[in-house]
Amino acid sequence: MAQPEIEPIISPILSVGPSFKRWAMALGAVVAWAAMVWVWQLYYGLGATNLGRPIYWGLYITNFVFFIGVSHAGTLISAILRIVHAEWRRPITRMAEVITVLVLFFGVGNVILDLGRPDRALSVILHPHFRSPLLWDICSISVYLVCSTIYLYLPLIPDIAVLRDRTSGWRHTFYHRLAIGWIGSPAQWHRLERAIGIMAIGVIPVAVSVHTVVSWVFAMTIQPMWHSSIFGPYFVVGAIFSGIAAIITAMVIVRKVYGLEAYLKPVHFNNLGILLLVMTCLWFYFTFAEHLTAWYAQEPRELSVFDAKLYGRFAPLFWTMIACCFVIPFTILANPRTRTITGTLVASIAINIGMWIERFTIVVPSLSNPRAPVHTFIYWPSWVEWSLMAGCFAAFTLLYMGFTKLFPIISIWELDEEPAAEAAPAARPAATLAEA
Amino acid sequence: MARWGLVIDLDRCTACQACVVACKHENNVPFSTPETSARGRLMTWIQLVGVEMPGGTTAMMPMMCQQCDRPPCTDVCPTSATYLNPEGIVAQIYPRCIGCRYCTNACPYAVKLFNWTAPEWPESMAPMRNPDVSIRPMGVVEKCTFCHHRLQQAREEARAAGRALAAEDYVPACVQTCPSDAMVFGDLDDPHSQVAGLAASTRAFRWMEDLGTRPKVVYLREGE
Repeated sequence: MAQPEIEPIISPILSVGPSFKRWAMALGAVVAWAAMVWVWQLYYGLGATNLGRPIYWGLYITNFVFFIGVSHAGTLISAILRIVHAEWRRPITRMAEVITVLVLFFGVGNVILDLGRPDRALSVILHPHFRSPLLWDICSISVYLVCSTIYLYLPLIPDIAVLRDRTSGWRHTFYHRLAIGWIGSPAQWHRLERAIGIMAIGVIPVAVSVHTVVSWVFAMTIQPMWHSSIFGPYFVVGAIFSGIAAIITAMVIVRKVYGLEAYLKPVHFNNLGILLLVMTCLWFYFTFAEHLTAWYAQEPRELSVFDAKLYGRFAPLFWTMIACCFVIPFTILANPRTRTITGTLVASIAINIGMWIERFTIVVPSLSNPRAPVHTFIYWPSWVEWSLMAGCFAAFTLLYMGFTKLFPIISIWELDEEPAAEAAPAARPAATLAEA
Repeated sequence: MARWGLVIDLDRCTACQACVVACKHENNVPFSTPETSARGRLMTWIQLVGVEMPGGTTAMMPMMCQQCDRPPCTDVCPTSATYLNPEGIVAQIYPRCIGCRYCTNACPYAVKLFNWTAPEWPESMAPMRNPDVSIRPMGVVEKCTFCHHRLQQAREEARAAGRALAAEDYVPACVQTCPSDAMVFGDLDDPHSQVAGLAASTRAFRWMEDLGTRPKVVYLREGE
């Protein structure tokens, strides 16, 4: 019983419009440019960046932290909403989970871009030194990548089976392999539900560990304004914050491009908006606590970084961050009348920009104000760094678009499922069983 | 086993920078220009910096790797490319370094240097490079090793002569060059050594010792 209402979800997968092609070409050009720039950087070395002593980390590490942060979008949000049986989550979980899996590659990729010797990256596995927080990162992120890929794949299986039964040619073969013999039998449904349930719970501590460990890369050093015990939770909160903002941004685009207004309703944006409002307040609380303790103690080294951020060289960035991460989203989201689709989109874009700046103003000001009286300089990323950053965002968007052409971006079977979680398996969409 | 340490008497130091030049030559440290220095890419294992002292005066201090007994840089290295060796020297294994620059950021003294580009020398200087010291490739971190190659050489010579290594056999290039004898090098664990005696002097201080890094480079405060 292939319900007619799933057609709007399935039809965009099987057809490619001219606008899609135009975007793919444009983004592909950006990716190709970035690839050429990367080859140049490999040849010339990290001298192609504008980094130097003492600002050894810059744009790439900012992007690393930002992308890993955004990856908390998906899995964590969808897992939490699944566990608390928030029924409104159903149309948005897939979109969120895809962000997680794809963006993780770019998080890791930015670390590779930042290596002086990317040819020796495997040394980290061949000669690991487990006292290094970078090793903790590698463990945590690879577990997270595996878990979130499984967590994306499991709920996809019934949908892949639907596509398998509707397609022919290479697509049929492709879906046939990926559907791993799904016929929708009660036993299969039972196993699937169990597996998703286990993964949803298991993925939460992993996700929390990921951004905690990312923060520890900084917090474990003794550098001023990095050496902070609040960094773990602060980064996790920031990660969920930027993650939700990324989901809303993606939702608005997908909804508009594929005409999914019937599925992604104002209620979804309202609910996510409330969640985002909570995170806005939490983020402000952490930011306030972090900076107040640094300022109040008046420790000279901490203070030199604090001053550079609030009144000095980095003040324009810092205050833009406060506006983007707190003032704008709080004003919009606290008012139910502005908590509309447009309102949440504006708030989300502001948060995405603000959270990127937050990562930058964590990485760079501490390094720009070292304890040792060495020559320091004003860091502004080079064209190489900007190009590679553009390439990362373009490649992410391209992969996301590619995903929408292979798989349903809204979970079909979860939409059809009765809200009562314990409904008999027979009541579930028997489409695949009937057609198999 | 010896625990190598360096004492620098700021009262004797004239800030002539002969140590800086000696080090650059001895260790094949790549050539830098004012332009690259302005971009934060000055390659030098020793550098004279003005450090504010208690009382508000500024002392010019030769700054190199402080050879910490608790180095903040070695823990964070993901591949053990930098580690504290049994003789207390913070060592760098260039072929294992992946160039992540975590150690450079963890070091509070900012004395670890990164090879942003392939090393370069003017044509006239290239033949003067020291054959005993490997040239670091692009993309790895380097720093003062207390002229570790001289220790290896001294040990081999002592073995060939059939005697034990004496502390006098091994001296880094900066110490050897210092015209005002401001630098003293030796085994800190030998209570009779000159270096141990000076390190115990009331004028002795270790840079940023409040951080708990326990440096083995000891400075002697200028006389009151």
